[in-house]
Parts: sequence; C-alpha cells; structure tokens
Amino acid sequence: MIYIFDNSLEGLLTAVFEWFERKPPSKVAIVPKNNYQPNAFTKSFEVLTDSAKANRVWKGLAQRLGRPGIRKIYCCYLSERLEVYQDIFDFCIYIFQHQAGTEKNYGNAPVLSLTQTARKVEREKHRMEAFIRFQKTADGMFYCGIDPDFNVIPLLINHFKNRYANQQWVIYDIKRHYGIFYNLQTVAEIKLDNTINLLKKTNQHLLDEQENLYANLWKDYFNRTNIVARKNTKLHTQQVPKRYWKYLTEKL
Amino acid sequence: MAERLREKLNILADAAKYDVSCSSSGSDRKNTKGGLGNGHQSGICHTYTEDGRCVSLLKILLTNHCIFDCAYCVSRRSNDIERAAFTVDEVVELTMNFYRRNYIEGLFLSSGIFKNADFTMERLLRVVKKLRLEENYNGYIHLKTIPGASDELITAAGLYADRMSINLEMPTETGLKLLAPEKSHQDVIKPLAFVKNQIIQFKEEKKLIKSVPKFVPAGQSTQMVVGATAETDKEIMYTAANFYKNFSLKRVYYSGYIPISNDSRMPILGTQPPLLRENRLYQTDWLMRFYGFDVRELLNDGNPHLDTDIDPKLSWALRNMQNFPVDINTADYQMILRVPGIGVGSAQKIVQARKFGKLYIHQLKKIGIAYNRAKHFISCADSPYQLKDYQSHQIKDFILAESQSKYLKTPPNQLLLF
Repeated sequence: MIYIFDNSLEGLLTAVFEWFERKPPSKVAIVPKNNYQPNAFTKSFEVLTDSAKANRVWKGLAQRLGRPGIRKIYCCYLSERLEVYQDIFDFCIYIFQHQAGTEKNYGNAPVLSLTQTARKVEREKHRMEAFIRFQKTADGMFYCGIDPDFNVIPLLINHFKNRYANQQWVIYDIKRHYGIFYNLQTVAEIKLDNTINLLKKTNQHLLDEQENLYANLWKDYFNRTNIVARKNTKLHTQQVPKRYWKYLTEKL
Repeated sequence: MAERLREKLNILADAAKYDVSCSSSGSDRKNTKGGLGNGHQSGICHTYTEDGRCVSLLKILLTNHCIFDCAYCVSRRSNDIERAAFTVDEVVELTMNFYRRNYIEGLFLSSGIFKNADFTMERLLRVVKKLRLEENYNGYIHLKTIPGASDELITAAGLYADRMSINLEMPTETGLKLLAPEKSHQDVIKPLAFVKNQIIQFKEEKKLIKSVPKFVPAGQSTQMVVGATAETDKEIMYTAANFYKNFSLKRVYYSGYIPISNDSRMPILGTQPPLLRENRLYQTDWLMRFYGFDVRELLNDGNPHLDTDIDPKLSWALRNMQNFPVDINTADYQMILRVPGIGVGSAQKIVQARKFGKLYIHQLKKIGIAYNRAKHFISCADSPYQLKDYQSHQIKDFILAESQSKYLKTPPNQLLLF
C-alpha cells in the first residue's frame, strides 16, 4: 500500500491519522506527491491534507513525547530527505501503539534513525548560528545569504531574534528562495525577486562605509590568532567544512 | 586612525593567542530590552584557525607592556618586541562591531601587568563596565583576574564578567620558581578561592532575593603550560584534579609549550610542540570529568606517564582486564562508560534501549559505538562464544593493527611475506 501526501508536515500527520482510521494489513509506504510513480502491483491512496486531523495527531504526539520529542519530529521534517518521511510515519505509529517511554527505544530502527537525523539537522542549525556573517548595508541593515544543507531557517528565528534585538537583519536562504527579516519588533518571512549574487560580495556601493574596515580587522585577527607551529589542516577542514567557506569573511 | 587600529589588533591578538581558553559556554545571560547579545548555554564556535583551534571570542590583551619577566611568555619585560595598548573605547568598538556581524560570541580580555595589579585590573574593569552599562551589551565576557588585585576590584569585575580565569602557568611550584621567580602558586590560589567563595555567596543570596545580580555565571578556569619544564603527567594531572576539587573549576586547560626563546632552562627554538602529550592530557581530563574515573586509577606511581600509542581509557582497561567483559545488557551505566569504544552518548542510549529488550551486535553498531574496539571488552545477546582468553598485550596489538592514528609514524603490524 502506498500513501501519497502533499509534501507538507500537515499532510504527513494526516496520513498517520488515516492509517489508524483504516489499519491496512500490509506495510504502508509513504511517498510525497512529486516523487510518486504509479506501481502496477501495489494499491495507492491519496491522503487529503486536513488540518483538524493533523492537529489531533500533533497534540497526541506532544502529549506523549513532550517538547523535545516533537521538536525532533519537526527537525526531521525540515531535513527534506526522502527517506525521512517514512521514518516519521513509522515512528508516529510506533509511538501511538506502545506505552509511554518507547521513544527512547534506540534498538528500534525508526526511533534511532529519527534521533540521528534530528541530530544532523540540529548540527546544521548550530553551524548556521556560528557561520552566518552579517554585512552591514548603507541603510543600517545587517544581511547574510545562506544555502544550508537542510531547511533550518525556521529553527534560527528565536536565536537571532533574542540576540540581535536592537538591529535590523535579514537572513536569506538562496537555495530555497525565502528568508526572514527582523524589523526591531517581529520576524517576518520575505521573498526577494532578485536572487542573483545574494550569497556574498554584495555590491560595494550598497555597503556601509565602515564594513570593509571591520571585515579586514576580522581577517587580520583570524590570521594573527593562528599558531603556525601547530598547523593542523585536517582538523581545520573537519571543523569548518569547505562548503561553508563561501560564507566566511575570514576565508574569502 | 584605522591603520593604527589594525596594527594594534595585530600585535595584541598575537600576544593573546597562547591563552588556550576560548569556551563561551555555561552562561545563560539573557538579553535586556533594547540590548545586544545573550549567552548561549553550550557556547558557539564561530570559526576555527588553521591549527584547528576554535575561535569563539575576540581574544586580545589590553596591552602587552608587562612588568614581569616570565621566561615562558612572549610579552616578558626583557623580550624585544613591539608594544602596544588599546584604549577602552577601541576595545568596546571592536567588540560591538564584531559581535553585531556575528563574528564572535564575546570578548576575552587579558592584559600584561603595567604599573601594578590594581591599576591593570581597574582598566579591565572599565572596559567591561562600559560594554555592559553604556552599550547594553549582554554577550559573553571572559575576564582575566589579575593576581594581586584588590578584593573590591575583583568583586566588581565579577558582576559584569561571565567567566573569570587566572593561569597557574606551571603545574608545580618548583617549575614556576625556575621560570618565573617573581611569581608563586599562592598568588593564583588566593584570588581563585576568593572568587569561588563569592560565587557561592551570591548563589545563596539569590535563593532568597531574586534581584541579586549574576556573579561569574560561567565559573572559573585556569591553564598550565606543559612540556616547558620536566613534570611527569602524574604531577600535572594531580594538580589539575586538586584544582577541580578545591576551587570547583569549570575547566583546566593544558597548553603544549611552543618554544619562543633560546632560554637554556627550556626546550630550544624549533622543538616540536608536544601535541600528542597535550592530547593525552585532555583525554585524561575528560575521563575525570565525564566518565567517573579517579585520577589515581589513570596515573599512579606505577604509571607516572600516559601511554603515547594508546589512549588512557584503553590503557586503563588493558591494565584492569579483571573487570571485563562487561555485559551490555546487565552492567550498570558507570561500568558501560568505562568500556573503550563507548562514549557518553552511546552509553546513555544503551541504558535506555535495553529496557525494551536485549541488545544485539547490529543494534550496538547502529547506536554508534566503536565496535571493533569495544568487542574485546563486552558481551551482548549474540556475542560469539570464545574459548580462548586473550592477554592484554594481544588485545592491544589487535586494536593497534586496526587503528589509523596520525601519531603512529610506523605501522605497528609486521608485514606479511606471503
């Protein structure tokens, strides 16, 4: 049996609801709509996203797992990996069918896999908190473009809102074409039309006049704090993988 | 003006880089209304230098003028180097602008001693006060306690800093007397103890009165230079254990000595820094803090030095084979933690998972333990039955034959002819 859902978290949760409604005898594979290919041997069923049903499932999960548990599920969903939908689906069913505490059964494949994927997403989120480098623009805005492995922007909002409460900033995901903008009061989602060259190298005339000074000071500092006698390139690239170098002012 | 600032930053960042501590963890300071910055419980490393050390804080000296002449220090009085000093405003501007661009997690401010201890401490205090009170800055601040500064100044600084530290420099008193005759361990112990007591006192008061301000919320740390004088690993780690216990330190840092002068009392210029030894000391430190080991189990009169070819945990296990094999499905957490190849995360997962059924090899592998190493020390639901009892040196050879440590110059296993 194949369940087809519309790629949204709500759709995925509705699918869990539908499974309990029907209790199909065979194992259910869950596939997002845009990846579905009809199969001659298995029946398929299209899940119609229903927020009431999804909410009931979400509340049930929240009751059983608490905040850390549902954050795990949300993180996994943000990973956008194809296999992860099946893991979330199996995990939810497993949780509802067993007594409280089963989310810690790391011997069970979906539980372990979900935990490990969530960890990867949290790591990517943490890397973004570390590697984002704002550039100050002439109108006093702090801008940074990113293209993270996973869709982590929703997880970044609180950190940046709390920390940079008294400056306007924009974090823009170039790969997924959306970003967040903080206007000193609230964080709003934004979409820019012009997405060329947004990653780095913002046009010099758009930048604050002091921007280059501080970028250079930071580069100087980065080079000066290195101890040449201890050079360890392997460790360096392990800690700062090369795919992030394009963000880093000190590595440009 | 900008050029001079760059020069100063170059000189004073260069002089501060031998201070190892760069942690920004342990402070949960919240941002104030309209303020900038907050603490992050686990800390954030914003970048890493090419030697693989994390850069989390803007680590600078206020000045590298110093009245002391310690042989192991680049800023010593008799060393002929460029000297510079930041003004209070320059440090504040740098910190704020780096912080706003998400370059750093906070400020690490240290200083050479100019004039006297109180004068220096007062300058440091002025920087942190300006950051906190005038700029509404709530990010991390790591401040050096200047030995010999008055109690009033130290207390005032503790109200604004997140962490304070003071370096022990040499692991033993004799080593310190040899290289820095003007200093003694007593100068370090007194302020450490004072700040520790203040932290306890502020915590007690906070229980009664909610508005009592935070005092050094991320605790204290210290640092020792390793390999400049002839201490054994045992002496170093016993000192560390002692300081962890008596002063509730958050961290002790070990810094492999990098030759900076041709002083006859220390290793000559061009000597390789003792990186492997430093690594083994940190491993021992971790075993003490997170794995429930007592320092006397790892280092004692029989083994005053750590093994270089294997890590201290494996070394302990091989010396104490009577404790193994450990049954993964029944042993208590503390014992599982002592198995080479199992870390804190895996041990916790194992203890949780086995409540739901016996664990098998394939599950252990998936959970993420280093099975090839651990298999000599554990048994689980489907461990192969084994008649032969291997001696510890045989197990060591098995493990070394598979390991690919970058420290092994020659592979330990004999090549086969056929």
